Formats: sequence, C-alpha cells, structure tokens
Amino acid sequence: MLILRALRLVLLALPFLLLPSNAIRAQDAATDISAAIQAMGEANLRELEQIVADLAATGSDTVVPVLTALGDGNLYLEETSGAVLIERGSAYLDPLSGEPVELGADADLSKIRVNNGLRRDIAAALAGMTLMSDNPARRLTAAQGFMANPDPANIPLLDEAIAAETDANVLAAMQAARAVTILGDEEQSVADRQAAVPLVASGGGRNALTVLNAALIDAPEELASTIQSAIAGLEQERAIWSALQNVWFGLSLGSVLLLAAIGLAITFGVMGVINMAHGEMVMLGAYTTFIVQLVIRQNFPGLLDYSLLIALPCAFLVTGAIGVGIERGIIRWLYGRPLETLLATWGLSLILQQTVRSIFGPTNQMVIAPTWMSGSTEFFGLSITYGRFWIVIFALIVFFMLLLILNRTPLGLQMRAVTQNRRMASAMGIRTPFVDAMTFGLGSGIAGLAGVALTQIDNISPNLGQNYIIDSFMVVVFGGVGNLWGTLVGAITLGVANKFLEPYAGAVLGKILILVLIILFIQRRPRGLFALKGRAVEQ
Amino acid sequence: MLTQALFRALDKKAIWVIAIFLAVAVLVPMANLLIPPGQFGHVPTYLVSLMGKYLAYAILALALDLVWGYCGILSLGHGAFFALGGYAMGMYLMRQIGTRGVYGHPVLPDFMVFLNYSELPWFWLGMDNFWFAMLMVVFVPGLLAFVFGFFAFRSRVTGVYLSIITQAMTFALLLAFFRNDMGFGGNNGLTDFKDILGVSVQAQSTRATLFAATAIALALSVLVCSMIVNSKLGKVMVAVRDAESRTRFLGYRVEYVKLFAFTVSAIMAGIAGALYVPQVGIINPSEFDPANSIEVVIWTAVGGRGTLIGPIIGAIVVNLGKSWFTTTLPELWLFALGALFVFTTLFLPKGIVGLWHQARDRMRRRTEPEERPEPPTPAQSADIERGEDPASFGHEAQPKPAE
Repeated sequence: MLILRALRLVLLALPFLLLPSNAIRAQDAATDISAAIQAMGEANLRELEQIVADLAATGSDTVVPVLTALGDGNLYLEETSGAVLIERGSAYLDPLSGEPVELGADADLSKIRVNNGLRRDIAAALAGMTLMSDNPARRLTAAQGFMANPDPANIPLLDEAIAAETDANVLAAMQAARAVTILGDEEQSVADRQAAVPLVASGGGRNALTVLNAALIDAPEELASTIQSAIAGLEQERAIWSALQNVWFGLSLGSVLLLAAIGLAITFGVMGVINMAHGEMVMLGAYTTFIVQLVIRQNFPGLLDYSLLIALPCAFLVTGAIGVGIERGIIRWLYGRPLETLLATWGLSLILQQTVRSIFGPTNQMVIAPTWMSGSTEFFGLSITYGRFWIVIFALIVFFMLLLILNRTPLGLQMRAVTQNRRMASAMGIRTPFVDAMTFGLGSGIAGLAGVALTQIDNISPNLGQNYIIDSFMVVVFGGVGNLWGTLVGAITLGVANKFLEPYAGAVLGKILILVLIILFIQRRPRGLFALKGRAVEQ
Repeated sequence: MLTQALFRALDKKAIWVIAIFLAVAVLVPMANLLIPPGQFGHVPTYLVSLMGKYLAYAILALALDLVWGYCGILSLGHGAFFALGGYAMGMYLMRQIGTRGVYGHPVLPDFMVFLNYSELPWFWLGMDNFWFAMLMVVFVPGLLAFVFGFFAFRSRVTGVYLSIITQAMTFALLLAFFRNDMGFGGNNGLTDFKDILGVSVQAQSTRATLFAATAIALALSVLVCSMIVNSKLGKVMVAVRDAESRTRFLGYRVEYVKLFAFTVSAIMAGIAGALYVPQVGIINPSEFDPANSIEVVIWTAVGGRGTLIGPIIGAIVVNLGKSWFTTTLPELWLFALGALFVFTTLFLPKGIVGLWHQARDRMRRRTEPEERPEPPTPAQSADIERGEDPASFGHEAQPKPAE
C-alpha cells in the first residue's frame, strides 16, 4: 500500500516533471533508464521495487517492454557480461532498443525473479503510466484494460485519472471502469455499489451482463434487486438490438433476392415466361466482373479500386446482349407455350453452365473487394459490413432506376402496355416482338448487375446461378407479377422472415418453413401479393 | 363396367405395348438365367439391372405424361413422389438387414445407432413387414399428392405457378431429407441392403425377378393409363388440358379431374421409385433434386407427350444416351442434355412419336392426296404471334400475361 501511494505521488508529479522537456533532459533520462535497467540484474527484491518505481516515474514509453518482461518473468541477466536481456521465443533482445543480441558461447543466463507483490506493483505501474499517457487512444486502452480486470487497488488511480481527464470518450471509459471495479469490490458500501450499477449497465453489451451477473452472486439484498432490474433492462435492450440486427441481416438477404429476382419479374410479367436460365445470367455477370478485374489488374492497376464500377456496365451489356440473343434465337419461337419455354431455357442454363465450366474450370474464382467495400462499422449496437451495406444501397438504386424506366420512358410505356393487353398493344402499333426482345435483354442485363453484386458475398462458380434461381422464383410468385413493388415487398419479406426463423428453427428448417409458407400462400392468392387486376379469364 | 373399360383400354396400340413388355419381362430374365455366360444371347446381370432401372424411369415418365400430356399439369416435382416411394422401399430393406449391420443392432439401422437413437422413430414402425411397406409405397406419395393437389387445384393455381410450387415442394423435401434428425439417414440416405423377402438383393435370380417385376409393373401402368385416357374421364382430362375454363363452364369439376390424375400419377411414380431402389441399391436425398424432376419432363417431351408409348421411349432413349455420354464423353453430357431440351421444344413439340406420326401421315398423303393442316413452321408461328395469321384466331397462340 505504502509503495502504491508513493508511486501515485510520482505519477501525479509525472506530467510536471516532463513538462520542461528538452534534448538534454531526454538524454539524461535515457542514461538514467539504461543505468536503472542495468541495476536490475543484481538487485534484490526491495531494490527491484525501487527501480520499478523509478522507471515508472520516468514516464517514458521505452521502459514498458522491460517492465512487462519483468512482470511476465521474461527478463534475464547474462551473468558474464552483466547485461539484462528480454527473452522472446528463442531470441534475446536488448531491453531498450529491442534489437536481438548475439550471445557469446560462455553466456550464462539467469532469470530475474519477482514475487507476487512486485508483480502487482509492476502491473499498477504499467497501467498508471498508460492511464496518464499523453495519447488519448492509449488512455482509452488502459481504461478498458482496467474494466476487463477490475482490481479494487486501482480505484484511487482511476480517481486521479478521472479528475485529470479532458477527453469525453476516455472519461466515460474510465468512469465505467471505476464503476465496474466498485461493483465488484465487496468492501465498498452498498450505496456506492448501487450507484455504480446504472453506470455499468449503461456500458451495455455482453460485458456489462457478465459483470452484473458476477456481482449478483453474493450481493446483499437491496443491491441484488437493483442489479436484477438492471439486468432485466439490459436483456430487453439486447433483445431489441438482436431483433434489429436480424432485420438488418434480413434486409441484406432481401436485397440480394431482390437483385436476383427483379429481372425475372420483368420478363415473367411482360412475356409470361419463367426464364430458367436467369440464374446463369447472374453467373455470367459475376464472371464478367472477374474478367474485368483480371484485365484491370494486369493493365491498369491504378483503377483496381473502381473495377466493380467499371464491371457494372460491362456486365449489363454482356448479359443483356446474350438475353436478346436468347430471345431472338429461341424464345420467340415458343410464344404461347410458356411451359415449353421453361424447358428450353432450362436446357439453355445447362449449356451455359457447362460452357463456363469448360472455359474457367469448376473451381471458385475470386473477385477482390475494393477498399471502400471491405471492413465493417458499428452503428450503435449493430455491426454492419460495408460490402452488405453497399449491396443494399445498390439493390435499391437498381430498383428505382427500373421503376423510372418503366414509368417514365417510351420503352417502359410500351412494356406496360404489352403486359396489360398484348393484342390491344399490338393493335395500337406497338411492335410487340421488339418490346419482348428489349424486355428480355433488360431482365437479363439486370441479372448481370446482380451478378456483379454477388461477387462480393458469394463464390464465383458455374453453379452460382443455381443457388439463387429457386429463391428468385419464390420471390416472383410470392410478390406477384406486373408490379415491381410486389417484387420489392416479396424479396424483403422473404429475406427478413428467413433471418427471423433461422435462430429458432435453424437455417435449413427455416428455409423449409419458408417454402411451405409460400406454397400455402399461393393457395390463398394464386397470383401473388400484388396481382395484376383484369377482367380476362385465364386462357 | 370394368370389362367395358378394359375393352376400350385395350385398343390395338396398348395391346402391343403391353404384350411387348410382358414378353420382355419373361425373355430377358430367361436370357440372363438360362443361357450360360459367354454364349450368344446371354444378358449379363449388370445389364439386367441397368435395364430394370430404365424401365423404372419409364414408369416415372409415363406417370408424368398422365398429368402433363393428358391433363396439362406440368409438375416439376414428380421426382419427389418417386423418391418417397423409393424411401418407403429403402426403409423396408433397411429393416431386413437386422443384426448384419456394422453395429449389429437387432432393430435400429446403422445410421440410427451412429446418431444415438435410442429407439425406432414411429414412422419406421411396421416397415419390416413387406406388405405394409408396399402399402406405404402407394400411400405416402398418393397422400402427399392428394393433399397438395387438393389445395392447389381448389385455389386454381395453374400453369407456371403450379410448376413453381411443385418445384418448391420437392426442394423443401430435398432440404428436409438432408437433415440428420429427420430419421432417414441424412445425406447418406439408405443403403447396404441385404435381403428382400428373405432372398439376397445381390443374387442373380433376385435381380432377374426385380427386372421382371418392373417390366410387369410398366405393362400394368400402360394398361391403367390406357384405361384412364380412353374412358370418359380421360376425355375430360384432355378437355381440361386444352381449355380449362371452357371445361369448367360446361359444368365439370375441373379440380377433381386434375386431383384424380395427379394422385394416380404420384402413386405410379412411387411404385417406380420402389422398384428402382433395390435395383440400384441406394436411395438418398439427391433424388429430390429439382433438376432430376425437370429431367423427367424432358424424357417425356423427347418421347412425345400425350401418347402412352412416347414417355417410355423417351425415358429409355435419353437414359441410354446419358449412360453412353457419361462414360465416354462426361463433360459433353450437359451440353447434350441442354441441347436436347432446346431442340425438342423447338423442333419436336410432339417428340419422337410425333415425328413418326408425321412421317406416316406424309406417306399416306402421297398415296391418297388430301388436304391436311400442317403443324406451323417457325415462320408461321411468328405470324401467329404477331396476330397476322387468321387461322390462329380462336386457339391460343399469344403469350399470356398473368391475368
């Protein structure tokens, strides 16, 4: 205790000691430190205590490795030369420079021994040094360290630090650390500990729950009730946040479904045809991205970060052109026979898959995420990866662009006319075959865009499309055709429902449940959520 | 009544088909068992099993033809009924292993011992009895089809929507059967069969018998389908296929007609699955794969839907092609299959049988010149699609938006 207090005085004095810093002082300090470290070799425990206190008093970052090593029992004395060395793995480092030292053949190493009391002193000294550091980030780490290993002995130290702290973030962390420590210290008064509960709880998260639960174990009655209510509050908060997190995951999944399904919805709505090769268009979009990135990496490495943006129009054009080709080559011969179109496009999907497999091989390809899409951020309690975030944004952009095309362009007008009444549209002079080809091209192009986005969350393999095709169908039949909003609502609903079922039923069972629910839903509304209204009877 | 139906059913073509398969049921096993190996005419055992597999597929294709070709319901989930029948048979065969399993447990199959089951799940009870298992082969797919069809047809889910939800059904079953805790062996499925009715599954004579049973089942299926399509009900089925609303307006209960066809078809598919499993020696969840069900559709389409012999020819021809391709040019098989899908739908809408009819008609016309409408060429289809062909008025040649 006495030493601690002495140490604290030294620590308090530290900033003042260091204030008139100049080259000479620094020089002096350096020699002092190296002398003190040399002295460690022959010192007994009592002297070591003094040296540790002296070293801590320098407040210099250079002493941190030595003190850490001493505390961990990694500090050695080389008896022949009298040098003090830090052991790291099989190497021995100079304590100040951190350079490895070549040992002579006659080297005789002995460990510098410490006892528990000294170890505690060292830990306190280290924590105190960092807690008083000039660098706020460092202070924050120290405070968090105190919170993770609460020790009543640190309370006075924290008090000092709190009094001197100016940075709000660090201050909050220190106060939280102090509260955690007080709560865990049974020698403190019940009132103090009670007062600490809300502070601990405000930290939130799993840590706060652990601390509170630990404190609950043998807490006096009134304290226990306070803690319990705090725990209940925290649990509730956590439930809300985890629900929100699920919503986010659901949105993320839903946006992927939306991207994959929206092109399908257009072709189905206008032409009454389910394009089984739609998944392969997604896959081709992903491979286009792969090729674009390959070309950029080899020829224009500077543009690598923008390769996804460059790939977007490429993928749209490539898959759109293939889509027009398919429509002109195959589908237009099969009008009026939607079920056979389904079979022909299925056959086409097999051919496309096998073609890609022959060219690129069956193994997965990689597309590197640009820097602005990697990493994640904490948004209150939610962890959001940038990749997912951009995909959600991208899906919405595509959706609204498409809405704009359908509602504000001549092509969109013609498409809507053909959707609603093909014969009438034809009679009014709309070239329905042209509209069909354009629609199919547009739907396929959007599938290609989806492929670009999917490179960020899925493996690029010839089977990529297969994984999404059934889900896309589900979205389309659930949302109903002829109305883009149906697809949006369908995709988001399925995504969120899937993620909400997952924790209770498991991923596979959740998916089965969704499929069964969709089958049941189709019984209720055979034309989906947002069915086109019309007077014509089928056939 | 029944004799009448029988007489009607046994038109010339059906008699031929049935006679051929009954003859095959006798001749192939004889050629396998009686003619010693190496001598001319001997059919090796592996070939017998392979042909048995094809015939089981043929029953499945015929079952699909009954709903698709005659009733206009394109089911993309018939593989599910096939696999369910197969699983019922597989469960019986698993129970017959007894103490000869790796773990030697008298009651529990190996995978259950491995997964720490303490007792048999309820749905495995009774499956050690052959006749009960056979009942389940018929009952389970039939019940699923009945319930599924009842709700789907009553709600008037038609066309592409129905195809998609049948696909969803088989996909859901695929996922379910992959789970270990379903009690059906997870993704390994059921295998390592030993006995069927007290004789070894592997024995030459058993294999020949299974082949004969499959051929006879196929002949019976043809008979049943022939009876159905030649009855009045069959005519209504065709009416539903060609003009569903009109049939409904005429006062027929379209949903019951469809339900009947769908359930009978599912039962046939289940029987096909049950005959398939002992001959290939394994049943696992991949049989539920939606891709398999779509492949069945292409067998039917290649052979010619709306005929009884077409799907049988289609199933055998396509699977022969598959066997040949996957052994000699494995990477080209998907190209060939995909091209088959595209080619058949574009150029052979009536399949091989349709081609045969066309050729025969042409021969006849050469002898007795007569005006017959030809099927529309692609150019005419385009005219029809543009609404420029007066002949197309009345019948549906326009893409239908969802109404």
